[in-house]
Amino acid sequence: MFHALSQVAYIAASALFIFALHWMNTPATARKGVYAGVAGTAIAVIVTWAEPSVIHHWWIVGAIALGFVVGVPLSRVPLTAVPQRTALSHAFGGIAAGLVGTAEYYLRLGEGPEWLTPFRMIALIVEIILGYLTFTGSLMAAGKLQEVKWVPQRPVTYAGQNFVNGLLFATAIFLAGILAVNPTAAWAPYVFPVIIVLALAFGVLLIIPIGGADMPTVIAILNAYAGLSAVAMGFVLDSKLLITAGALDGSSGLILAIIMCKAMNRSFTNVLFGAFGQVQQTKAGGEQKQYKSETPEGAAQVLEQASFVVIIPGYGMAVAQAQHKVRELYDQLKKRGVTVKFAIHPVAGRMPGHMNVLLAEADIPYTDLVEMDDINHDIAQADVALVVGANDVVNPAAKTDKSSPIYGMPIIEADKARTIFAIKRSKNPGFAGIDNELYFSDRTWMLFGDAKAVIGDLVKELSGGSGMH
Amino acid sequence: MMDLWPTVWVFVLASFIGLGVIRKVSRLLHTPLMSLTNAISAIAVVGAILVTGGDYPLSIRILGAVALFASVTNIVSGFLITDRMLKMFKTDSKPESGR
Repeated sequence: MFHALSQVAYIAASALFIFALHWMNTPATARKGVYAGVAGTAIAVIVTWAEPSVIHHWWIVGAIALGFVVGVPLSRVPLTAVPQRTALSHAFGGIAAGLVGTAEYYLRLGEGPEWLTPFRMIALIVEIILGYLTFTGSLMAAGKLQEVKWVPQRPVTYAGQNFVNGLLFATAIFLAGILAVNPTAAWAPYVFPVIIVLALAFGVLLIIPIGGADMPTVIAILNAYAGLSAVAMGFVLDSKLLITAGALDGSSGLILAIIMCKAMNRSFTNVLFGAFGQVQQTKAGGEQKQYKSETPEGAAQVLEQASFVVIIPGYGMAVAQAQHKVRELYDQLKKRGVTVKFAIHPVAGRMPGHMNVLLAEADIPYTDLVEMDDINHDIAQADVALVVGANDVVNPAAKTDKSSPIYGMPIIEADKARTIFAIKRSKNPGFAGIDNELYFSDRTWMLFGDAKAVIGDLVKELSGGSGMH
Repeated sequence: MMDLWPTVWVFVLASFIGLGVIRKVSRLLHTPLMSLTNAISAIAVVGAILVTGGDYPLSIRILGAVALFASVTNIVSGFLITDRMLKMFKTDSKPESGR
């Protein structure tokens, strides 16, 4: 009786999870998706807790309480820190899968070795390898994003790196293979921890050669790993609910990773094994070209005359904490009847969709946030393209210069606008160390200075001058 | 071995549903999507509850309790931060005067 009831509950929970993701297809219904997810989780937790085999209730209460104590503050981090929090949560998901897998193995070894069929052993080993490598890999990614001192920011590469990683992984697979067929051998309980250690080490080694620019992709890949480790746990425990939820998470990570890769014109293998940091030294010493610079007064006059302005934000905007000033500029322009759109490159920010969240926090209506492909249709009609803290995503070299490291990357075609203003802190090249031809175009004027200060000046000019015209 | 194939079926079908549903998710919402799927996949909490609450040796239950703590942390912070972000997505925040 209880079995039938719990199965119905788990099916309901699975359905709620699918609805939760379905409702994410538009911001209008998205919050309903959260409630569906909460409901599904609550149902599954209550039904599982009610299982007759569960007897140590205070342990569960204690662990859940501690989870709330840590989880609530983690949900209140600033939005610039959301990528780190996300990486950290992948680490938590990974370690949970790894620990449950470890517990299951030693438990069954002691109480019923016949349970450890080759199929379950394979699932269990996949679970712990993915779980533990996601744990350390995500911790490394979180450390890089948070710029923790002892985590190297620059990609760490050395000769034979891929060979070492490959050897390590092959060893783990080999041990996993012999363990899967001899799960109860006398040496088996000692081989199991070795696999754990190899997985933990592999997670670290996988992430250290990857640079900051590739973090959006890496987070998405780790997301997929965390989901797949949950799937493997579902196979071990024969829980279709876990398999379903893990598959949803895994496919989400996969799709996001593909989108990120496409947006940078890279392949998975190139991101994971390519070490982006190495391609930087191409043509550092070209001829010195001349920038044209403009004052905020002059730029404000042009903006005032415009009827269509496209603002292209990059992560530099968030670093300068300029998004609220950008909102003021948006308000000023809107007040004058100017159409203002934000052009969002898929890799703007430090994780998929990050820039949208940062702008939404600044109260910019999401209806004015436009995807790269859509804005590129209209950008030729724009009177002004204003580049704020973005660099590589507007670099025309990606379309024209075959020798450029970013050649082939889809860009926001700011160079097609009638006038281009680019706010830039200094005259040095951008993040990837590549000169940006856009800045030397005869229709581009540079506004040098801190993004927040420059936009503040523009706002001041626009609001001050409003009565005089 | 009898119950192996149904679970594989579930996995394959769920993956197709996942790919279909996720592909339609608004690009605006990819960051909240990631925190939402993260909270959902923390449903691994059910495995942790069974291990923690069962009549098992102490060492096993300790592993389970740590896993339970990690999963609940993901559930709580994942759902809360997703909702916090989604609340910020508005069509038009204040009634604009000029048009």
